[in-house]
Amino acid sequence: MELLSGGDILIRALSDAKVKHLWGYPGGAALHIYDAIFRQDKLNHILMRHEQAAVHAADAYARATGEVGAALVTSGPGATNAITGIATAYMDSIPLVVISAQVPQEKIGEDAFQEIDMMGICRPTVKHSYMVKRPEDIAETIAKAFYIASTGRPGPVVVDVPKDVTDPNNKVAYKFPEKVKLRSYQPTTRGHSGQIKRAVNLLMSAKRPVIYSGGGVVLGNASEQLIALARQLNYPVTNTLMGLGAFPGTDRQFIGMLGMHGTFEANTAMHHADVILAVGARFDDRVTNATDRFCPSAKIIHIDVDPSSIAKTVRVDIPIVGPCDVVLADMLEQIESAQLPTDGPAIGEWWQQIDEWRERHGIYTASRYTPSTGDNIKPQDVIKTLHKVTKGDAFVASDVGQHQMFAAQYYLFDKPRRWINSGGLGTMGFGLPAAMGAQMAHPDATVVCVTGEGSIQMCIQELAACTQHQLPVKIIILNNQALGMVKQWQDMQYGSRYSHVLYEDSLPDFVKLAEAYGHVGMKVDHYDELESRMEECFALKDRVVIMDISVDHHEHVYPMHVAPGSMRDMWLSKTERT
Amino acid sequence: MRRLISVLLENEPGSLSRVVGLFSQRGYNIDSLSVAPTEDETLSRLTLTTRGNDHKIEQITKQLNKLIDVVKVIDLSEDTHIERELMLLKVRASGAARAEIKRCVDIFRGQIVDVGPVTYVVQISGESAKLDAFIEALGDATILEVVRTGVCGLMRGEKSLKI
Repeated sequence: MELLSGGDILIRALSDAKVKHLWGYPGGAALHIYDAIFRQDKLNHILMRHEQAAVHAADAYARATGEVGAALVTSGPGATNAITGIATAYMDSIPLVVISAQVPQEKIGEDAFQEIDMMGICRPTVKHSYMVKRPEDIAETIAKAFYIASTGRPGPVVVDVPKDVTDPNNKVAYKFPEKVKLRSYQPTTRGHSGQIKRAVNLLMSAKRPVIYSGGGVVLGNASEQLIALARQLNYPVTNTLMGLGAFPGTDRQFIGMLGMHGTFEANTAMHHADVILAVGARFDDRVTNATDRFCPSAKIIHIDVDPSSIAKTVRVDIPIVGPCDVVLADMLEQIESAQLPTDGPAIGEWWQQIDEWRERHGIYTASRYTPSTGDNIKPQDVIKTLHKVTKGDAFVASDVGQHQMFAAQYYLFDKPRRWINSGGLGTMGFGLPAAMGAQMAHPDATVVCVTGEGSIQMCIQELAACTQHQLPVKIIILNNQALGMVKQWQDMQYGSRYSHVLYEDSLPDFVKLAEAYGHVGMKVDHYDELESRMEECFALKDRVVIMDISVDHHEHVYPMHVAPGSMRDMWLSKTERT
Repeated sequence: MRRLISVLLENEPGSLSRVVGLFSQRGYNIDSLSVAPTEDETLSRLTLTTRGNDHKIEQITKQLNKLIDVVKVIDLSEDTHIERELMLLKVRASGAARAEIKRCVDIFRGQIVDVGPVTYVVQISGESAKLDAFIEALGDATILEVVRTGVCGLMRGEKSLKI
């Protein structure tokens, strides 16, 4: 049997766990590992400029591919910097393995240089974590980490590796386990057939049904099954922020995103629904508004692979624990084999009602904002133009704020894994490294980072890593000269007292900044040049381009839930509410 | 409502902190906690008392089950069970109080396990309420120290928490 050092074992094990790209940043405790990386050519290491960005990129790589992302950081500050990235992945259930180096075991607990208790500090942000104590244990631990990260409800796993464990002078036998079995961890692989039967019966009897699908459908690769079931039933489908793309955004049956900034028709349909089929969604506070007023007449079927998601915030009538793809396929199979009919006339009336809502207040059919003119560019129009120029086929990574909501509302995603955003944690700074992760996964695809002038500055250092690794992402800055979402709340609830959301002329010149990093910068402040400039931007296939687009300073995101209230209580504009 | 939850846990470094961390992270209460390895030394058994309505307890058991190191979870208070807690109590015992305390210990079927010139150490076990009642019964006696193990428990009959 082959003898290898701990550092070599670690890198070999990552390769055997099918890692192609490892995002990271070196440091003292990680030196043996980095030497092992230097001496091999299977694994591609991508040097980032900050550990937070390394983890975001690995996370987005996972979101864009469905594979497990991998990152490597050093001890101490490397580890603490990684925490925001790990927490981002945890909140959105992204399969990720983060290797953190640690000081040698004999130094642990002595407050050694760059020592931090990573096991302790990451605990609430991980699905699981390991500290490896012997080189003999590395391969098995890595195999377990990837198994745990990618199965059941996915999530990040941290593997903390003390420096002595990777000592090049201590060589041990290497063997990567073919199968992993854990007696305390057996994710559910099928839904309960009795529950599925009850669910199907309820579903077929519905008069005002809504299919409410979330990030679990994307993560569980259940988009195909969702589409098939929805088509069979002809029921309306709404997606959560995390679920966008799982059902085609341009489809007639799609009634838009739901929740705080969901469409009028999606939120109103939810409120009046008699049966809700929730798939891979978790009824979080950005969806439900006040839970005691949530969908008063609905019977709820909830499919989720994680039992703790079920009945956490909202009472459920028929819970089904299982993977979304398998459960949806079982449901469809039952409906098709028994040729169960829906209530045709009732569904017809329901669609009539939904179409009437859509016509009246829908953001796609009725214009919910004053269109752009001259030098007043509306952020919504930027996203619509982006959709047009990229033919709706780009990978769109987003930061957090108003631009994120406009992108979610107006870029109608037709495929899953195209929309990459930090939904749960809401991490500003996610967008640029996320776009890099998606570009690495799909080198020939068009990858856009939709961001604001606030968010982009939180991980802007990665412009350098884009140059180094030839990741030609396109950065669309919706520049409204303010931290727009906070400002919107200050407008709505704090008498427009703009406490610390303005920069007092301190914003950088983004065109020059792009050029400083060797990229292309463009400034757009007239609507009539928006489309042509954007065409120009996307024609530069192998270049990073920053488009600094001046947008209306005063625009708000609507609809917006009136809180506390029910699903149907919304502001539709600054002056108009339901 | 008070609940007694029993957890079979991998006896791994850090597994206890995951359980304890879960409670503080999600805003659940732990009133008492006891933990030790079982006859199978790869497993620890942890018993905790907590409070909450059915919804909260359901979430607690689900979240506990979700921890990778947790092998099994049961809510002992759902069924007939035995629960015990051990208390050691040091009390000032001089003059007239000395005999009075001895009588009280006998009534509660406790034992005096250490006798000093002016102190007793009393050992007493039973349900938590009995331990509380004993402290109450000591009345005016000066309690110098109290240490309690936290509750542990088992289901009655044949049912058991095993892999």
